[in-house]
Amino acid sequence: MSEARKSVAIVIAGSGGTGAITAGSAILAAAARDGHYGLMTKLSGAQVRGGEAAALLEVGVDPIESQPDRFDCLIALDWQDVHRFAPEIPLDASSLIVCDPKNGAVPEAIARSGARIIELPIAEIASSVEGGRINMVGFGIAAELAGLEAGAVDEAIRAMIGGKGERAVTASLGASAAGRAAFAATGTSMKLPAGRKAERWMLSGNEAVGLGALRGGITFVAAYPITPATEITEWLAVQMQEFGGRVVLAEDEIAAVNMCCGSSFGGAPTMTITSGPGLALKVETIGLAIAAEIPMVIVDVMRVGPSTGIPTKSDQGDLDIALHGTPGDAPRVVVAPISIADCPATTERAVHLAEALQTPVMLLSDQSIGQTQTIIDIPADRPAPLTRSTVPFATGPDFRRYVLTDSGVSPMPAPGTPDCQWVADGLSHAESGHPSNSAANHVAQIEKRKRKLETFDFGDTWGEVHGPADAPLALLAFGSSVGPAKVAAERLTAAGTPTRVVALRLLSPVPKAKLAAALAGAKRTVVVEQNHSGQLYRHLRGERALPHGAESFARPGPAPFRAAEIVAHISQEVAA
Amino acid sequence: MTIHEQPHACPQQLTLKDFKSSVEPIWCSGCGDFGVLQALQRALAELGRPPHEVVVVSGIGCSSRLPAYTTAYGFHGVHGRALPVATGLKLARPDLEVITVGGDGDGYSIGGNHFLHAARRNVDLTYIVMDNRVYGMTKGQPSPTTEADWDSDAAPGGTGVKPFSPLAIALAAGANFVARGFALDVKPLAAMIVEAVRHPGFSFLEILSPCITFRPEEMEWKKSVERGAIQPTSDRAQATATVLSDTEMATGIFFKGDRGTYREAPRGHGDPEKIAAQFRVGGTAHMVPEDSACCGGGRAL
Repeated sequence: MSEARKSVAIVIAGSGGTGAITAGSAILAAAARDGHYGLMTKLSGAQVRGGEAAALLEVGVDPIESQPDRFDCLIALDWQDVHRFAPEIPLDASSLIVCDPKNGAVPEAIARSGARIIELPIAEIASSVEGGRINMVGFGIAAELAGLEAGAVDEAIRAMIGGKGERAVTASLGASAAGRAAFAATGTSMKLPAGRKAERWMLSGNEAVGLGALRGGITFVAAYPITPATEITEWLAVQMQEFGGRVVLAEDEIAAVNMCCGSSFGGAPTMTITSGPGLALKVETIGLAIAAEIPMVIVDVMRVGPSTGIPTKSDQGDLDIALHGTPGDAPRVVVAPISIADCPATTERAVHLAEALQTPVMLLSDQSIGQTQTIIDIPADRPAPLTRSTVPFATGPDFRRYVLTDSGVSPMPAPGTPDCQWVADGLSHAESGHPSNSAANHVAQIEKRKRKLETFDFGDTWGEVHGPADAPLALLAFGSSVGPAKVAAERLTAAGTPTRVVALRLLSPVPKAKLAAALAGAKRTVVVEQNHSGQLYRHLRGERALPHGAESFARPGPAPFRAAEIVAHISQEVAA
Repeated sequence: MTIHEQPHACPQQLTLKDFKSSVEPIWCSGCGDFGVLQALQRALAELGRPPHEVVVVSGIGCSSRLPAYTTAYGFHGVHGRALPVATGLKLARPDLEVITVGGDGDGYSIGGNHFLHAARRNVDLTYIVMDNRVYGMTKGQPSPTTEADWDSDAAPGGTGVKPFSPLAIALAAGANFVARGFALDVKPLAAMIVEAVRHPGFSFLEILSPCITFRPEEMEWKKSVERGAIQPTSDRAQATATVLSDTEMATGIFFKGDRGTYREAPRGHGDPEKIAAQFRVGGTAHMVPEDSACCGGGRAL
């Protein structure tokens, strides 16, 4: 290889109980301790427990934000049903397959990649160590392949297995060392250059959203279990035992969002967490919260829909419902983290926005962001806090909860505040909050709610531009599509087509001026998104926020976006 | 935002007037809900919490209009969802007095699931259902408590479906206080509400509240209500037997239980950076805490 290797992409796969995912986590943990970055996606069969599982990893010297185009190595702990994953584990003639001949021939679906096969007696190696397990042998093989430092490898094992006692640690250290030695003897290596050791964070997008919630000041969470969002609820439920606050497991999605209405009305910064089908159930109440001006954050970790769809796979098809789902006219704030690293700040900011604007804020994550584990530099910045306005302009009979102001925001004293009693109401209301059928009141209040969003200065949080700012080609993306778009842009730029990526964080209200500036000078703009109907494209077109001739590159999940696919689309369209 | 942990005022001398708002009810003249409103205002005065420490929460329907007719804080939400709103509010603000009100359609039909789980969860709430056995606001459709043979345009000849017993369901689901009142017996109803509010946990009051517009025959309830026939018990099985065998017209407190209420929220350090520390990996100075590898659902460090 002429160029220095920057990353290595490895899959560890096996049937249920072999511990493939644990081995994958160990690789990520070891890479982090060796000064590398990394990203791990988990695959599992449809079974609730057991079945085949695979850890898809890439570790390298630079931050990694998307799945690789291909994998350098597949380590098969056994074969069983691993061939089912073949379409999701692209291999080619320069890839390696490491497997145990005892498990039989490499399945045709995998062997047809032409990858070089290295046979190692994985089970035998494991049994040569007292208490040794095949997944730790696989871990050792992967660590050796990537050339991870022995100290980092052992430290990762201690951190992961330490809780199970010294015997387990010794067994894992032994099995991993045996795996390393066996693989070293093959003379094959994809050694990474030395990493830049520093303290970093290793976490998933779901955990990162949870942290952002706590930093934002969330003290009340109500949610109903739904894949792939439940991990946020579970993480918060555990953390809040120490942190304080409360997670209520509601009887259904509708109860959850209504509990949030109640707690927020009481003054507590509040969050509910769901995925598409749950969001669909919540929309009536979201309309109520918009009308009654009740702050809350609604997290939607998007998955493939409609209906049950594919609950464990990513898609960006909930944008329409996030923007427009509710009866009547209900303008709202919709934000989306542009990477896992962006989740803490964007979630924290979402809490601030909800509180400051007294309105629901939708946070659109997706399965790909939520359930992927990554190593990131510790985010340096935290958004400046914004709080709820609670001090009334007047009390007693002169207090008007929905008094018309220039900003559209009016003070929201919490119950317990004397002489400010008001009724939150989904009925059209007057400034006093009293129900009113008057056209004048209705229009004034609708305008007020729109004005809140339009006059607010979202500043530089609207999004980011990556790559050459004067590049003639612009890829516009949100959520987990940003990562592969950035890799694609780097490749296109390197290949002679300077390409910028406009990563949109604020999806509503559309930051038209910022977007126009970010797209200025672009001769070609392509909106890249992972859904079938081009929801972001249509949204921005409808808002007249795209330049003339802007194109849509939309395709649905469950297959993850890979940079090569975006490059191919762009190049093909150019050729045509 | 400060979350107040304690009521900030001691009981004080209050009257019904302190809880009367200037908003004119939309109810038909002769509606039972006027009686319930008055009884609630009396009860709140008796309880002595000032209006700003009380929140009346409701869903949608004639009776759910009630919050605007008191001087307390209020939340008039969407159809059927009053109990979850009240639950979130009371959990976030245990210092407030939270009263939930609504009708039979709102509470037993579209909101039926929340009724079960509010009783089961046993948060310290009072739930007052004004049961007129009809959807009034939509002009006369049968509800879950309407007699099977009650004729209407929506169900000519009747639904043919057995009405259910809200009290039996509340008891089965774990409500800690179960009573039936009559809207026009304002004074005893006020006393019953006071007792329900003071009783810890989920207190459920089914109030027979005639709809004279769509169910004029309910005017007869004045005569047919059986007063004083019920003695409270703390034996859930006995209360259930009484409920299942009565005529659904007996008023009184059927059950006063002593179930523990929903647990208190953990009080924590409130420092997100202590939480963020668990994500740290690599670097030279950092030590991985011994216990962190095995908690949080097997999270790998």
